[in-house]
Amino acid sequence: MNNHGKITIVVGLIVFVVLAASPFWLNVGKTAPVPEPELTPKAKKAGECVESKDYMKTSHMQLLNDWRDAAVREDLRVYENSKGKHYHISLQNTCLDCHSNKDKFCDKCHDYVGVGQVYCWDCHLESKEKQLWAAKEENF
Amino acid sequence: MGCKRREFLKIAGLSTLAGLAGSASFELLRPGELEAAGRYTTDEKGLEGERWALVIDMRKCAEVRNCTKCMDACHEIHNVPDFRNPDGTKNTKDEIKWIWKEPFHNAFPEQESEYLQEELEHLPFMVLCNHCKNPPCVRVCPTQATFKREKDGVVMMDYHRCIGCRFCMAGCPYGSRSFNFRDPRLALDPHKINKEYPTRAMGVVEKCTFCDERLAVGQIPRCVEVCEERALIFGDLEDPHSSVRELLREHYTIRRKPELGTEPSVFYIV
Repeated sequence: MNNHGKITIVVGLIVFVVLAASPFWLNVGKTAPVPEPELTPKAKKAGECVESKDYMKTSHMQLLNDWRDAAVREDLRVYENSKGKHYHISLQNTCLDCHSNKDKFCDKCHDYVGVGQVYCWDCHLESKEKQLWAAKEENF
Repeated sequence: MGCKRREFLKIAGLSTLAGLAGSASFELLRPGELEAAGRYTTDEKGLEGERWALVIDMRKCAEVRNCTKCMDACHEIHNVPDFRNPDGTKNTKDEIKWIWKEPFHNAFPEQESEYLQEELEHLPFMVLCNHCKNPPCVRVCPTQATFKREKDGVVMMDYHRCIGCRFCMAGCPYGSRSFNFRDPRLALDPHKINKEYPTRAMGVVEKCTFCDERLAVGQIPRCVEVCEERALIFGDLEDPHSSVRELLREHYTIRRKPELGTEPSVFYIV
């Protein structure tokens, strides 16, 4: 192989590496910050959710599913947590009572990780409902 | 370079072992799944009955003409939309109803008579889900979105599971089920909405659930509560001393389409 051929290969490799890694070059320093869900004063005052923060972080979706099935299908509407404290099982009346800032609590992480399209809110009412409806009525 | 077959096999075998051990140690070292030791129970205040039923005393209901208290109260707390035509009349195609009025010949078509008692002919009967002992809607539901609660006989709706196939609407002989052809929120006033109860989404079927959310915290159904004439009486059909059983003992009552064998739990004193 002559020198010319070697140079072509090396240049080709460099072009490939630069192109393949371009998403990294282009986005360097522009990392989206990891979202910090905001707590309402009421949630802060309560100190802890129905279970520990770690549990809620990893398993809130499982808990919500269990709550839903317990309340609707089994008619078991009281949750006794691991510390023996009782909660009325209701997304709208218990969860959202503290976390009344859905857009700054739920949506922040859900949008970040790309699971923002939860359909809870098709039926369950969030506190900012009035604003949403104003937009809808225009379409109507 | 170069690698003999024997060497290659040795390396491959060792790497496999290392891999297995590695994953096993990972399992060991990984902190176990966080578990919540929560328990699920019922509210102590909750009403208990084996088969909830409603007796509707039409003699008392007839005392006040044009009364819509029970309908309004029910639809208000359950965020039932009121679809209107552009000219303000009721949009019967998109209508959602949990409890409503029906003339005698529609409510009791098999008891039709050529010469019906005049009073009955013009009396609007309050009709709702009959919470049948033998509910055909439950039999046909492919997802068990509608189901009969074994403990108290309430025919429930689980809107999370409803796929909107409308088999239940075809199965129900009483027309007690309504389909959300349109987004119900379009016909609800955001200012008057009951924020403690959800709405439904477009594409699900809904109906009366005997106020399951109220029974769970010790309250009787809203329609019964607001009726000042006490024309609606709620109670346990399996309890021989309950108010409904007492009424049934003392009065002649009729049920809607009993010949179908659905065993409705709503009785009418005429």
